[in-house]
Amino acid sequence: MIFKTLLTGIDQGLVWAIMAIGVYISYRILDFADLTVEGSFATGGATAAIMMTLCENFVSKGSGQGVFIAIVAMLIAMIIGGLAGLVTGLLNTKLKIAPILSGILTMTALYSVNMFIMGLNLGFGNMSSSLALNSTLFTKIAEFMPIGRNWIIFIVGIIAVAIVVGLLYWFFGTETGSAMRATGNNEKMAMAQGINTQSSKILGLVLSNAFVALSGALVVFQQSNATNTMGVGSIVAGLAAIIIGESIISGKFPFWARLLSVALGSIIYRIIISYIYLTGINTDYVKILTSALVVVFLAIPFIKEKVGKLPKKNKKIKNSDNGDSTDVVQSEQVDTVGGENSDVSEQISQNSATNTANDGDKAVGEA
Amino acid sequence: MLELSGIHKTFNIGTINEKKALVDVNLKVEEGDFITVIGGNGAGKSTMLNIIAGVFSPEEGRIVIDGVDVTRMPEYKRASMVGRVFQDPMVGTAGNMNIEENLALANRRGSRRGLRWNIKKEEREFFKEKLKMLDLNLEDRLTTKVGLLSGGQRQALTLLMATLKKPKVLLLDEHTAALDPKTASKVLSLTDELTGSQNITTIMITHNMKDAIKYGNRLIMMMGGSIIYDVKGEEKANLTVQDLLAKFEQNSGGDFANDRMLLS
Repeated sequence: MIFKTLLTGIDQGLVWAIMAIGVYISYRILDFADLTVEGSFATGGATAAIMMTLCENFVSKGSGQGVFIAIVAMLIAMIIGGLAGLVTGLLNTKLKIAPILSGILTMTALYSVNMFIMGLNLGFGNMSSSLALNSTLFTKIAEFMPIGRNWIIFIVGIIAVAIVVGLLYWFFGTETGSAMRATGNNEKMAMAQGINTQSSKILGLVLSNAFVALSGALVVFQQSNATNTMGVGSIVAGLAAIIIGESIISGKFPFWARLLSVALGSIIYRIIISYIYLTGINTDYVKILTSALVVVFLAIPFIKEKVGKLPKKNKKIKNSDNGDSTDVVQSEQVDTVGGENSDVSEQISQNSATNTANDGDKAVGEA
Repeated sequence: MLELSGIHKTFNIGTINEKKALVDVNLKVEEGDFITVIGGNGAGKSTMLNIIAGVFSPEEGRIVIDGVDVTRMPEYKRASMVGRVFQDPMVGTAGNMNIEENLALANRRGSRRGLRWNIKKEEREFFKEKLKMLDLNLEDRLTTKVGLLSGGQRQALTLLMATLKKPKVLLLDEHTAALDPKTASKVLSLTDELTGSQNITTIMITHNMKDAIKYGNRLIMMMGGSIIYDVKGEEKANLTVQDLLAKFEQNSGGDFANDRMLLS
């Protein structure tokens, strides 16, 4: 029982990990708090579910066609999810609607879209808030592989996470990918270096939501059921995975390790949730527990700073995550490593206002 | 090389805060010119540079860079012709990315960004060579996060990035104002070296009159959104701080006492 719960937790963590990696793209790389994912997660699930349902009658059992259809269904789910990201990106960049609001608008609109998609098997224009599946990627694979369902999900999950991490590691090493990282890190600089920051943001949101939708499709395959509300709270679950992952592996590791840490964070989070279910607690309490968990982890850096401010300031700064690097320079931290011969590196970056004023006084005196 | 004709720019049009930032600015810059710009706060210096860079577009007038009318060209496209260094050392570089990644971004200014690998091997050698010129020992620290560098180092790096691919025009918006005097003079002489060796057309805003006289071959003074004084060559070389203050006093009327402080 204990082991089975563990495996279920890991399975869940793996299929949800792709969603967390999607959130990582928007939240950490683009610095864009994108709520579209709450909708696009369900959209991915709904798209995959309707594809399987509509194609069911054309698939001959044990022929391998089912697996193929399921994979195509996941790819189409990614495209539709990507389109949702595109809408949010356009709302934000072209119509200048704030990031959060752009996401909320798309997410809300997606409720209708999802119901429309899930009603397609009842005839065009019908709406449905859920769709149950007779066959999924995993049942189709089971026709070939006589191993437990949990093991099939485990293997597929590992492969899917490996592909996603590999793809993103490659992408963020390319010119377009680094332009996207620069956009999220310092938009003004990116623009001065000739990067079209609007396209960068749009592309990032498309990618992010495509992966979120893929995760939604896998989750639907796992639970053989798609619902309109399956994405509710998913952004918090994604953040929880990111934060847990970052508490294990911090900034000094290479990028692929940081992506893997998000997947690991997702697995840990789902294992915890699985064991919470084991206690027999009402599952409706899980969301408040998750929120509380994320609040605690988000607050830790701030609390650490408050507590650590008094005696060991420099040490604290040096150890801080790369996300705080702007603060590093603005504080009194001087970088002297390897710069002994230079004038500039001996100097401290100081507050600009003070300096301008100082220069002013001096020159007036001279004049 | 660069021509501004009849530029007008007003902020907050139609509101109580309406401010005429530029009033009929005309400026013709020759290739290889190094122009220093001085003027009190609100004189329109920064606005002029931002108009050239494409951060704002003017209500009236035309901007031509090297024969191309860029008046309606978006900022990121104009970046292929314009190199920029800002007052705040944090603005010019990406702090979460390392030195070579920042340089690689700059090395692709103006070219299409595709799915090729971001940094090529042979580029690293080129970067090292360029970093050596800064004399900051950064050439051995290509993979150091830029966020860990000091303000002066970041500003020097920004300067290198702005000139890595020779821009048609280099815009320096008080790029030493946030540095302490020693670092500032180091960055300034670096500026002189980098622009001089490649003959880069440069416009530099400064609050320091001595620097304005010392550097460059042409000096312009702005006030109330217009260019009120434009001097070059021999005449510029023979200027003194006293001359500039007198010029300023002559043009500013009653506000001089306040503006004198700001001008330094």
